[in-house]
Amino acid sequence: MKKNLFLLFVILLFIIVPLAYNTSSEFAGTDGKAVDAIESINPKYEPWFSNVWELPGGEVESLLFALQAALGAGFIGYFFGLSKGKKNGNKKETLR
Amino acid sequence: MRKSFFWFCSILMLASYFWVNSFSSTHAMHIAEGFLPIKWVIIWWIAFLPFLFIGILQLRKLFRNSPEMKMVLGLSTAFAFVLSALKIPSVTGSSSHPTGLGFGTILFGPMIMSVVGFVVLLFQSLLLAHGGITTLGANAFSMAVLGPFVAYGVYKASKKMNVHHNVSIFLAAALANLATYVATSFQLALAFPDSVNGIIGSFMKFASIFAITQIPLSIVEGLLTVMVLNFLAKYNREELSTLNVQMKEAK
Repeated sequence: MKKNLFLLFVILLFIIVPLAYNTSSEFAGTDGKAVDAIESINPKYEPWFSNVWELPGGEVESLLFALQAALGAGFIGYFFGLSKGKKNGNKKETLR
Repeated sequence: MRKSFFWFCSILMLASYFWVNSFSSTHAMHIAEGFLPIKWVIIWWIAFLPFLFIGILQLRKLFRNSPEMKMVLGLSTAFAFVLSALKIPSVTGSSSHPTGLGFGTILFGPMIMSVVGFVVLLFQSLLLAHGGITTLGANAFSMAVLGPFVAYGVYKASKKMNVHHNVSIFLAAALANLATYVATSFQLALAFPDSVNGIIGSFMKFASIFAITQIPLSIVEGLLTVMVLNFLAKYNREELSTLNVQMKEAK
């Protein structure tokens, strides 16, 4: 599991380094920038359909993103907790 | 073995240093709602539906034959959900997110992951207004079909070439992520050809810019996938052997 700690360290570096280098940036999402690019290639294009439900605001958006991550992370935690418990339980059974 | 892995990571770090020094703006994740002409909406939906259909059939078969796999599939779905919620800042000053589908592809194959990817995208377009219903076919084709198929191909090929299993997992997940974004810019280029240089010119415009954001991200996704599969190898060897995934136990 030492290897996993090392991997985690590398991942964090990848995420933190850009923050240190780019303090002035807003880190805007890439989908919005794609829209800008389309408009620069074809200025006459009009979107012909809009989202069924628009988000009330940025705060609600971050709430939903946090919720999505929390639910997923919760399940991953549950899965590995259960697996570890099962494995340890089996070990105790065989020792007895 | 640990030593060579260390060198592998050092080279990656060095490479990332160079990306830090290259600046440009970025593009393209899900294609936003309404931003695809109706012709392409129909084409991509038709292209995607067979994969979804076969995926659902395979999923039903898997659940019938080995119901205990529901938990592992849940894990793969949860992984994709978490990763697609992580908007990771990039050196280019924008953010994008991993897809998380390479992990499940290694376990279940590409078809079943088409269904999982579709569910994730549906959630994002309905609840978060990211992507959209009309562009869902195109987004699903790049993320839930092309990505997993690239992951599967790379994984099988590097296994065949006797690449260390952690490296094959890393390559599969990272290249699947990159392929998704290449596919997205290709879809955008087809729908919006450049007035001077045509489809190729437009593709270069979309692809060259977002690639720099996406490369560090795909490395992050590759490393995360290796981590989670290490955990699986430690605690869930029975499930892995049922799925015919050969892994050495993590130390």
